[in-house]
Amino acid sequence: MSAISVEHVSIRFGGLVALSDVSFDVPPGEIFALIGPNGAGKTTLFNVVSGVYACTDGRIRFNGKTITGALPHELARKGLTRTFQNLQIFFRMSAAENVMVGRHLHERRNPLLDFLGLPMVHRQNAESRKLAEELLDLVGLSGLGDQPAGELPYGVLKRLEIARALATRPSVIMLDEPVAGCNAVETAEIAHVIRKIAGSGMTVMLVEHDMGFVMTLADRIHVLNRGMTLAEGTPSEIRNNPAVIEAYLGTAKPGETSRAHG
Amino acid sequence: MRRILANPYAPAFALAVVVVMVPLLVPSPFYLRLATLVFINALVVVGLNLLMGYAGQISLGHAAFFAMGAYASAIGPAHLGLPTLASMLAGIVLTGVVAYGVGKPILRFKGYHLAVATLGLGVIVSIVITNEIAWTGGPDGMQVARLWIGSWRVSGVANWYWVAGITLIVAMLGAANLLSSPTGRALRAIHDSEVAAGVLGIDVARYKLLVFVISAIYAATAGAFLALFDGHVTPVTGGILRSIEFVAMAVLGGLGSILGSVLGAAVLVVLPQALTSFHEFEHAILGAILMVLMIALRRGVIPSLQSWLLRGAA
Ligand SMILES: Nc1ncnc2c1ncn2[C@@H]1O[C@H](COP(=O)(O)OP(=O)(O)OP(=O)(O)O)[C@@H](O)[C@H]1O
Ligand SMILES: [Mg+2]
Repeated sequence: MSAISVEHVSIRFGGLVALSDVSFDVPPGEIFALIGPNGAGKTTLFNVVSGVYACTDGRIRFNGKTITGALPHELARKGLTRTFQNLQIFFRMSAAENVMVGRHLHERRNPLLDFLGLPMVHRQNAESRKLAEELLDLVGLSGLGDQPAGELPYGVLKRLEIARALATRPSVIMLDEPVAGCNAVETAEIAHVIRKIAGSGMTVMLVEHDMGFVMTLADRIHVLNRGMTLAEGTPSEIRNNPAVIEAYLGTAKPGETSRAHG
Repeated sequence: MRRILANPYAPAFALAVVVVMVPLLVPSPFYLRLATLVFINALVVVGLNLLMGYAGQISLGHAAFFAMGAYASAIGPAHLGLPTLASMLAGIVLTGVVAYGVGKPILRFKGYHLAVATLGLGVIVSIVITNEIAWTGGPDGMQVARLWIGSWRVSGVANWYWVAGITLIVAMLGAANLLSSPTGRALRAIHDSEVAAGVLGIDVARYKLLVFVISAIYAATAGAFLALFDGHVTPVTGGILRSIEFVAMAVLGGLGSILGSVLGAAVLVVLPQALTSFHEFEHAILGAILMVLMIALRRGVIPSLQSWLLRGAA
C-alpha cells in the first residue's frame, strides 16, 4: 500500500488552474522528489497534501485512507508533516523551543496541570528539551538550542524546520526546498540527514531546484509543469526524458539547473 | 542579569515584594486603595496579554467580561438571593462559558476583523447593561452586597488590598507556568505561524479559544473584585473605553511581558491621579505622556528596557 496516493488532484485559484489532474503514488520509505520550473505547482501540491489548501477535485490517500479535506493538525496526528519553502519559523522562540513545539503531539498537555506548573510538567519540559537537543544535533545545529530563532541565519533555519518536523515523529515528511540558500557543506549535511531518516523507514517527499541534490538522493522523481504532470521516473529516466529537457530549456538542462530559488 | 530577566517567575516574585512593601512604606488608605486598583486592573491585563502578547489575538471587548464578573457579583445577591461568594464564582464560570460561545465563531477572524468583532461584543454588553434597568439599575448602576467568606467579612481597603494583591501574584505565577508548558508553547507558536503550528499537530482553533476563555476568566475575576471592593457598579465599569484602556495598558507595559502588564496597569491607574492637579489639562498631559512613552519605548516599557539592559550587560 502506498504511503501517499495523489489521485486526479486539481486546484484552481480563481481563473488560475494551479494543479490539473495530477496523480502519483509514493510507496513507504521512498525518497520521492517533485520538480518543475517556478510556478509549476510543487508547493501548491504540498499545500494540498498537508491540508493547508483544499483541492477543487480529486482525492488524496494516506496509508490507504482518504484524507482529502482533513486539516493540517489532524494529518500531523496521523503522522504527516512538512517544512516550508518560505520559512515558517517561530521567531520569538529559541531554536530548542521551536523543536519542542514539534513534540506537541507526544507531550501530555492539560491546560490546568500546565497552569499549576506541577513537577510533572517541568519533568516533561526537561525531557522535551533533551529530545530537541538530540534533533538539533542530528541536523547539525548542536549548541544552538538557546539562540533566539529570530537571530539565526537562513541556512540554519532551514535545518531547524527539518528538526522541528522530525520532532513530530512523522511517517511521511514533506520538505519544500530544504537546501535552498544553503552552501555545499550544508547541502551535503542535509542530504545525509535525509538518507538517514529515509533509511529508518520514513517516507520523504521532496521539492528542490538543486538538480544535483535531487538526482543523487531521490528514488523517484515526478515532474510538474504548469500544474500538469510532465513525467515520472527514476533519476536517470528523468535526466534523459526529452519532454523534461524541453521544459527546462529556458533555463538549462535539469542536471545543470542551479539552486537559486528562495 | 540575563538569568534574572529570563526567569519566568521573576515578575511574580517582584510583585510579591511590592505587595509586602507598599503597606510598610506608604500606609495611608489613599495609596493602598490606589495600589488595589492597580492590582485589579493588572489582573485583567495579565490575562489580556496571554491573549494578545503571547497568542497574538486582539480583543477590544474585554471590558465586557470584566463587566460580567462585576454585575454577576451584584445581581446574584440583589435579585436572586444568592450569597455574594457564590454569585461571584458563578459569574466567573458563566463568563468563561460566554467567552467560549462568543469566541468559537469570532476567533476565526484575524487582525482588524477580530478587533471589530470583539468591539461588537463590548458594545452589546454595554448596551444590555445600560438598558436592562430592572436587573442592572441602568445608567445609575447598582449597589453590591458585601462579600463574606465564612465568617470573614471582606471589605475595606485593608482586606481588598491583600485579596487583590495575592490573587494577582497567583495569576502571574499561573501565567508563567502556562507559558513554559506545552500549552504556552502552542499559544506562542500560533502567534508566529499558524500554518506551522498546524502542521506540527496544534489544533489552532482550540488553543485560540482556550486562551480567549482564560483571559475572560481573568477579566471576570477582576471585575468581580472591583464591584465588591467599590460596593457599587455602573455601566462605565464595562464601557468600550475600559476595553481600550486595558489594551493600552498591555501595549504600554509591553506585549509579551507579564511584568509589563502590571507596569502598564500601574501607569494608567496612577498617572491620572498624579495629574489631577493640572485640572482641565489632565487628559491632554496624560495623552502626551503616553505618546512620548510609546515613541521612546516602542515595544512597550518592559521589553524595551530589557533589551537595553541586556545590551548594556553584554
Ligand atoms: N494561495 C494562492 N492564491 C493564488 N494563486 C496561488 C496561490 N498559491 C499558489 N498560487 C499560484 O499557483 C501557481 C503555482 O505556485 P507554486 O507556489 O505551487 O509553484 P512552485 O512550483 O512551488 O514554484 P517555485 O519553484 O517558484 O516555488 C503559481 O502561479 C502561483 O502564483
Ligand atoms: Mg514552491
